[in-house]
Amino acid sequence: MNLFRLFSRSQSAPAARERLQVLLAHERASAGDSDLVVKLRDEILRAISKHMEIDSEKVSVKLERGVQVSTLVVDVEIPFDATRKAA
Amino acid sequence: MGKVIVVTSGKGGVGKTTSTAALGAALAQNGDKVVVVDFDVGLRNLDLVMGAERRVVYDLVNVIQGDAKLTQALIRDKRVETLYLLAASQTRDKDNLTPEGVEKVITALKAAFDWVICDSPAGIERGATLAMRHADVAIVVTNPEVSSVRDSDRIIGLLDSKTLKAENGEQIEKHLLLTRYDAARAERGDMLKVDDVLEILSIPLLGIIPESTDVLRASNVGAPVTLADGRSAPAMAYFDATRRLRGETLPITIPGEKRGLFGKIFGRKAA
Ligand SMILES: Nc1ncnc2c1ncn2[C@@H]1O[C@H](COP(=O)(O)OP(=O)(O)OP(=O)(O)O)[C@@H](O)[C@H]1O
Ligand SMILES: [Mg+2]
Repeated sequence: MNLFRLFSRSQSAPAARERLQVLLAHERASAGDSDLVVKLRDEILRAISKHMEIDSEKVSVKLERGVQVSTLVVDVEIPFDATRKAA
Repeated sequence: MGKVIVVTSGKGGVGKTTSTAALGAALAQNGDKVVVVDFDVGLRNLDLVMGAERRVVYDLVNVIQGDAKLTQALIRDKRVETLYLLAASQTRDKDNLTPEGVEKVITALKAAFDWVICDSPAGIERGATLAMRHADVAIVVTNPEVSSVRDSDRIIGLLDSKTLKAENGEQIEKHLLLTRYDAARAERGDMLKVDDVLEILSIPLLGIIPESTDVLRASNVGAPVTLADGRSAPAMAYFDATRRLRGETLPITIPGEKRGLFGKIFGRKAA
């Protein structure tokens, strides 16, 4: 069993290298406070908070950093408020 | 109400983060709701070992300072759905961890999870004492080597004086996790014996984790070793430790002592 596992495994170092490259590129960028993803996150949330209370049940923020692109997903559940509409 | 565990050691690099991830995943694989919390502010690594480094939106300091709600900062594992991570801040310093803030976060986590596992930073300073502060159970990670054993003794002293439990006159439950145990070196008599370490530290043994490249492979691909290769020797040792943590009594096997002829020949050569 041991021998079989030894030969059937692929190398893990390339995965480590790729993960580190992505991570460090982002960390170096954010050290200078220029992390665009974080800036956008904060500004979007600030905009939302002008109109409704940010409730973690209703606003979810997900982020995935990638090699070429990162994705920021802000999911907002907007309550239907009839009185507000009239104002 | 969940149990709070601190994984601590005093000495750096002995395997706290590796063990936090492996034990956390093993508990969650059994269906328990688990959160692993990185207290190593400024030098976070638990996110990397868990393979969640690309998905950290908010961290512990953000929650303590009110920039984010706790539920927004929790990152759910992609493989085990009852496993969550709360990352440490990489950019702020540890002064941002306030005792009141930590208490609030731990209280909220205890209410929502079966296990709250705190990965302590090395040392005996603020970060380490805050990580152990609210623990019900302490896992003292030790390598069979003189400086690690000495630092563990120091940490045991802190656990008995600086934790909330200790201050309330209660006993904090302490377990020894012997990691990076090298069977070949033990055979040559160049490593402290398990019994020696146990006698010196005199706390019960939770498990012995062998030194293994499987641990390195797991951290390379960003998976706790119990998830990366559940049949590897370190994973099985962590699974056993998890069962003991749940209260089961299992016989302890010392790595390498059950090896057959094959293992003996190759074990010697590999050393
Ligand atoms: N059983 C093991 N076999 C082989 N390598 C191991 C084992 N346990 C840990 N390591 C390796 O030892 C190094 C330190 O491990 P880890 O980061 O878990 O320690 P730590 O106590 O959290 O360190 P720190 O004090 O810096 O936070 C890592 O490179 C890890 O892969
Ligand atoms: Mg660590």
